[in-house]
Amino acid sequence: MRASRPILVPLVAATTLALGLAPPVFAGKTLDAVKARGEVICGVNTSGPGFSATDSKGRWQGLDVDMCRAVAAAVLGSGEKVKFVPLNSQQRFASLQAGEIDILSRNTTWTLTRDASLGIVFAGINYYDGQGFMVPKKLNIDSAKKLNGATVCVQAGTTSEKNVADYFLANNMKYKSVVFDTAEAIQSAFFAGRCQVYTTDMSDLAGARTQTSKPDDYMILPDVISKEPLGPAVRRGDDDWFEITRWTLNAMLEAEEAGLTQANVDKMKAESKDPAIQRLLGVSEDTGKLLGLDKEWAYRIVKQVGNYGESFENNMGPKSALGLPRGVNKLWNRGGLMYSPPVR
Amino acid sequence: MPDPALAPQFLRTRRGRALIYQALALCALVAAGWFLWHNTAENLAARQIRSGFGFLRQPAGFDIGETLFAYSSRDTYLRAFAIGVANTLRVALLGIVLTTVLGMLVGIGRLSRNLLARGLCTSYVEVMRNIPLIIQLFAWYLVITELLPAATEPLRIGPYVFLSKSGLQFPFPDLSGGWSLAVPEVGAFGITGGAAATPEFLSLLIGLTTFTAAYIAEIVRSGVLAVPRGQTEAAGALGLSRALTLRLVLLPQALRVIVPPLTSQYLNLTKNSSLAVAIGYPDVVSIANTTINQNGQALECVLMIMTVYLAINLVTAIAMGWYNRRVALVER
Repeated sequence: MRASRPILVPLVAATTLALGLAPPVFAGKTLDAVKARGEVICGVNTSGPGFSATDSKGRWQGLDVDMCRAVAAAVLGSGEKVKFVPLNSQQRFASLQAGEIDILSRNTTWTLTRDASLGIVFAGINYYDGQGFMVPKKLNIDSAKKLNGATVCVQAGTTSEKNVADYFLANNMKYKSVVFDTAEAIQSAFFAGRCQVYTTDMSDLAGARTQTSKPDDYMILPDVISKEPLGPAVRRGDDDWFEITRWTLNAMLEAEEAGLTQANVDKMKAESKDPAIQRLLGVSEDTGKLLGLDKEWAYRIVKQVGNYGESFENNMGPKSALGLPRGVNKLWNRGGLMYSPPVR
Repeated sequence: MPDPALAPQFLRTRRGRALIYQALALCALVAAGWFLWHNTAENLAARQIRSGFGFLRQPAGFDIGETLFAYSSRDTYLRAFAIGVANTLRVALLGIVLTTVLGMLVGIGRLSRNLLARGLCTSYVEVMRNIPLIIQLFAWYLVITELLPAATEPLRIGPYVFLSKSGLQFPFPDLSGGWSLAVPEVGAFGITGGAAATPEFLSLLIGLTTFTAAYIAEIVRSGVLAVPRGQTEAAGALGLSRALTLRLVLLPQALRVIVPPLTSQYLNLTKNSSLAVAIGYPDVVSIANTTINQNGQALECVLMIMTVYLAINLVTAIAMGWYNRRVALVER
C-alpha cells in the first residue's frame, strides 16, 4: 500500500505563510477613515435615558448622542452621518480598542486606570455626576449611612461596583451585592424587589426611575458617594481625532457662553460684530484649518445640534422626562464647573 | 534514478519519513504559535494596554455576593477568581448529580407502559430540549423573584428556614471557629446569618438541571432500547417483573451505551454554567468580566477562564472514562 499523501505539512505551511503575510493591526488615522467611510461610528449605551436612548420612533436622542452628532457635523458636514452602536459596560472599551467604533460617548467615567492603561484617552467632561443610591420609599431610609446589611444591585465592571465596596468598607457597613451585566437586568431585578438598593450614577438613577410604572414608590437618597465625571473617549495615539473631539465639546460650551443658540446662530453669523463670535463661527478667522476641518466647523455644530445648554435642556433638563437640575453642570460664570479653553 | 546508496536509509522507510514530516509540522505549529503571541504582545504595547499577570496580586476593589470562603473587597484578584471557581464548581457538581437523577427518571418514564407517565415525560423532553437555555434561565429567575415574598416578610418553613426574594436561607454550622450554628434572623433589610441559596443560584441550578435532564433522558432511553430484545424476553421467561428486569438486566447492559454521551452532557452542563453572568450569579466568568472591565486585561482573564473550564472538564472526562472502562462489556 502506498504511503498516504502528506497533507498536514503543506496545510500548516500555507497557514503559517498566510499569518506571516497578514499585516499587524494598528490604530491608524481615524480622521481619514471617517472621511473615507462618510460616517462617524459612535459607541453609545444600550439604554441610557438622557444620555443615549432611542425614542419611540427609533431615533437616537441624548446628551452623548448630541456629542457624536456634533463631531459628525464638524467633520462630515451633517449631524445625521452617524452610526450608533449600542454597547453594554463589558464591551465598551474593547470595541474602542479594537477600532470598531470611533468615539465612545456612553456616559463613561474618566478615571486614572481607564485613561492610562486601556489604550484610550478621555477628550473632556460633558457631565459632572456622582454616585448615589435609590431605595423603595417604604423602607423609610433617609440616609446612606443606614444601609448596613442591605442587598445592593450593581452593574458588573462599572466604577459603581468599586465605589460601593469602598464606601461600605469605609463606613464599617456590610452589604450583599447582586451583580448583573446589563442595566435592563438590574432594573428588572430592583423593581421586582430582589434587592433593596440600586446604586449607579445619579443621572442613571433618575433615568431608571422613569422606566418603572410606579416612579413615586422609589426615592433617590441625597448622599453622593463619589465623583463621576462623564465624558467621551477616543483611542490613544491618534492626536488629530482627539483634538477634534475635544474641541467639538469646547465649541459647544463656548457657544453657550457667547449666547449663540440654534435659533440665532444664522443671524449672529451675518450681523455680529463681536470678534469672539466672528472667530468661533469662521467669519474672521479659520480655526478649523488647524484641526484638519473647514472654517464653518463650529457654525455647523451650533446650527445642527445646538449649544451645550440647549443639548442639556432638551435631553435631561427640568422640562424633560428626567427633570434633572443643571446643578454643577452650569457654566463657570454661572456658578457651575463647565469651563472651556478659549477658541482662539 | 538516484543512487540508492546516497539517500539515507532512514528517509527511505515510511516510518522515517513520517517522523520527519511530523517534526516539520510541529516546528511550523510552534512558529505559528510564537508569531501569534509575539504579534499580540507587540500590538498591546503599541496601544499602551497593560499586559501580564501582575494584576492578580492587587486588591480587587469589588465585593462578591456569594462566597464559599471569606472574601472582602480588599483581597486580591486571585482570591476573587478562586471564589468564582468555587461558585462554578458548586453549581456544576450539584447540577451533575441532580440532572443525572432527573434524567434517569424521565428517560425510564418514557419507556413506561403507563400512558400518563409516558406522555408527561415525552412532553417534558420535547419542551425542554427546544427552548434555548438562556431563555429558560431568565424565565426561572423571573418566576423566583416575582413570586416569592420580599425579604422583610419571608415565608417561614420550620423555625429557622426562610423562603423569600433573597432565596432559601437555612441554619448552617459556623465554620469560623467554635461549634455554634449560624442561624438566620429577620432584620430591617431582610435576613442575615445562616447559609443561603440565592435566587441566582437556585434559578441557575434548576435551569441547568431541567435542561440537561431532557438530553440525558434521551440518552438513557436509547441505551435501554439498545439492549437486545432477547434479554427482556429471557428475563420475562425467568419470571422477573418489569422493574426487576430494568434494574438487574437492562440498565447494567445499557450503561456501556449511556456513559460516553452522558460524559458529554456533564461537560455541557459545566460549560453552560457560564451563562450565570446573565442572571447575576457570581461564577468565574462573571468575576472575570468585572475584572476585565476594571483593568482592561481581557486577554489574560479570558485565558484564565479557558484554563479553568478546561481543567474542570478534563477531570470530569477522566473520571467518566475510568467509570466507562468499568462498565464496558468485556468481549470474549
